[in-house]
Amino acid sequence: MAKIDALHPWKEVPLGCAILEAGNSRQFKTGDWRSKIRPVTDQEKCIKCGMCWIFCPDMAYNQRADGFYDWNSYYCKGCGICARECPKEAIQMIAEEE
Amino acid sequence: MTEVRFHGRGGQGAVTSAELIALAAIDEGQFAQAFPSFGPERRGAPVVAFLRVSKDQIRIRSKVYQPDIVVVLDPTLMDIVDVSSGLKPKGILVINTAKTWEQIRKDYGFKGRLAVVDADRIAMEEMKVPITNTTMLGALIRAAGITRLESMDRPLDARFGKIAERNKKAMQRAFDETIIKE
Amino acid sequence: MPIQKGMEVSIAVSEAVKLANVDVISAYPITPQTHIVEHLSELVADGELKAAFIPVESEHSALSAAVGAAAVGARAYTATSSQGLALMHEIMFVASSMRIPLVMTVVNRALSAPINIWNDLSDIMAQRDCGWVQLFAINGQEAVDLTLQAFKIAEDPRVLLPVAVNLDGFVLSHVIEPIELPDQEAVDRFLPVFKPTLRLDPDQPVSMGAFGSPEVFIEVKKQVEEALIGSQKVAAEVWKDFGDIFGRTYKPVESYKAKGAEILLVTMGSITETAMTAVDSMREKGRKVGLIHIRLWRPFPFKEFFQAIREAKCLAVVDRALVPGGVGGPVGLEIKSALFEKKERPYVAEFVAGLGGRDLTVEVFAEMAAKAERYAKTQKEMRYEMIGVREK
Ligand code: SF4
Ligand code: SF4
Repeated sequence: MAKIDALHPWKEVPLGCAILEAGNSRQFKTGDWRSKIRPVTDQEKCIKCGMCWIFCPDMAYNQRADGFYDWNSYYCKGCGICARECPKEAIQMIAEEE
Repeated sequence: MTEVRFHGRGGQGAVTSAELIALAAIDEGQFAQAFPSFGPERRGAPVVAFLRVSKDQIRIRSKVYQPDIVVVLDPTLMDIVDVSSGLKPKGILVINTAKTWEQIRKDYGFKGRLAVVDADRIAMEEMKVPITNTTMLGALIRAAGITRLESMDRPLDARFGKIAERNKKAMQRAFDETIIKE
Repeated sequence: MPIQKGMEVSIAVSEAVKLANVDVISAYPITPQTHIVEHLSELVADGELKAAFIPVESEHSALSAAVGAAAVGARAYTATSSQGLALMHEIMFVASSMRIPLVMTVVNRALSAPINIWNDLSDIMAQRDCGWVQLFAINGQEAVDLTLQAFKIAEDPRVLLPVAVNLDGFVLSHVIEPIELPDQEAVDRFLPVFKPTLRLDPDQPVSMGAFGSPEVFIEVKKQVEEALIGSQKVAAEVWKDFGDIFGRTYKPVESYKAKGAEILLVTMGSITETAMTAVDSMREKGRKVGLIHIRLWRPFPFKEFFQAIREAKCLAVVDRALVPGGVGGPVGLEIKSALFEKKERPYVAEFVAGLGGRDLTVEVFAEMAAKAERYAKTQKEMRYEMIGVREK
């Protein structure tokens, strides 16, 4: 779903509610939904299998050149799916500081 | 306006008869309308088709209940369907039958105007098939006018291509051999 | 110069679709729509029409494929009837709200049960509220003309909505009658190539048919509704253009011998012509009877309707569908609601007739007009009367 950052008057709603800007879901800050816990990855245990990347519902992981996965706080909503799916228990959910 | 009802059996081409006359009449600059009595088509079942021809625009789309002309493609229908139903007092019944005019009148007690032709025999002799729908057009035109016989050429050519000539010949013979008496 | 030729109305409609130079036809066969799509598939197979014919596996898919085709900028067409239209119901709303301009012929037929292949308007009336422009043809020539006009209305950048052209199943669709097919060159002048306002294009990606949250949904609906209402103005322009090129005029509501008429029959579709003949014979007997027929059903042409009935004391509305448990049929319902705002209004006698292919003769229209006159005299309180029901 596109982020509604401007509430258009009806005449300005794009035709048929089309989304005119390709890939604008990127702008949607699902990180706002996160409440006090977040994942951290132990690179010692990580085997670069990519399960966290596949399962994350909000695309919070991106693969680096060295094969490990970077976590992005802009998108992570703290659901813990990555921690559950990691076959090596490399991901821990930890309390976030205020 | 002239209203015609065709009686046939599914597969005998009653609908085609009505269509061909309508096409010829429209070619002549008349107004015409042809349509089947719609239903799930079943070969052999009694079917009817309707035709209206007029000098003026036709603004009526119900079935024909009081025809000026009734055309019977299959004589065996006479025993199961009241083919003269609603026929106008001055109307004419055009029947494909091997019986004589007098015999039909006697057998069915029909008192109105009657035209008979042995279209089965003509169709068999001219086309080698017992399909009488185009043959009977000759009888209809002889009995009631509606269109000129020549006007049938184009619709018959368009519909039947190579075998159109045989259809025309059968139609012409029916035109010549139809017996009409009051 | 094109001349009138005898042809079956269904064939004429498919020839009109060919003249409109469609790009995509997706269809699933259903009686009595079959002759239209069979002929189109022949035209495509014979190379006479350069279009993609998609033989889909259901009507739901037929409309979905047409929506998809129109979304990429193709001129898309489909046709259906009855149960087929019912199966499209879900996509009907999608097409209009996504602002997809496509044209569909609805060959009107009753809805089951009992299974009935014959004509009434219950199929399209069940789709009344889907946001489509809805037109009704009274004869074969209109079916051809409205088909061509429908593309032009649908594709106008101010409209961009699907258009349904209705023609009565069998009693109109299967009739051989004189029809004038316009020249290709004239049609091309009338109907230029479709230029989509928005289209699916990999080089300029957009998303169509996305989510619409409560913050935006009402605005989208308002926009569709305004486009639908505005389509009447566009239709008027299209009809003007059409008249200029082809010499046949069209209006949203048409009157027949309505001048000085105290009683007006109100009809839609091909029963109109039979009703006209009934009006002729009643006029000959000195009765002040006329007729109006509604060609543009959606958007409803309120202004033209009020204008057309202003002299009438009594309307005899002939509906060929029922709104079960309601005030009558959809046309009667619409008219009664519309008249509510008027202080002075004619008496409305509402009749539901011709369901499931029951033949409507000249005599039946005369009977309805006579009943309406009688009921108007006593201002009889009635919701509706069903015509021709055997009581014993
Ligand atoms: S906690 Fe949920 S949202 Fe955050 S990175 Fe893991 S899977 Fe993605
Ligand atoms: S799922 Fe676990 S092991 Fe696999 S890449 Fe992610 S952190 Fe590494």
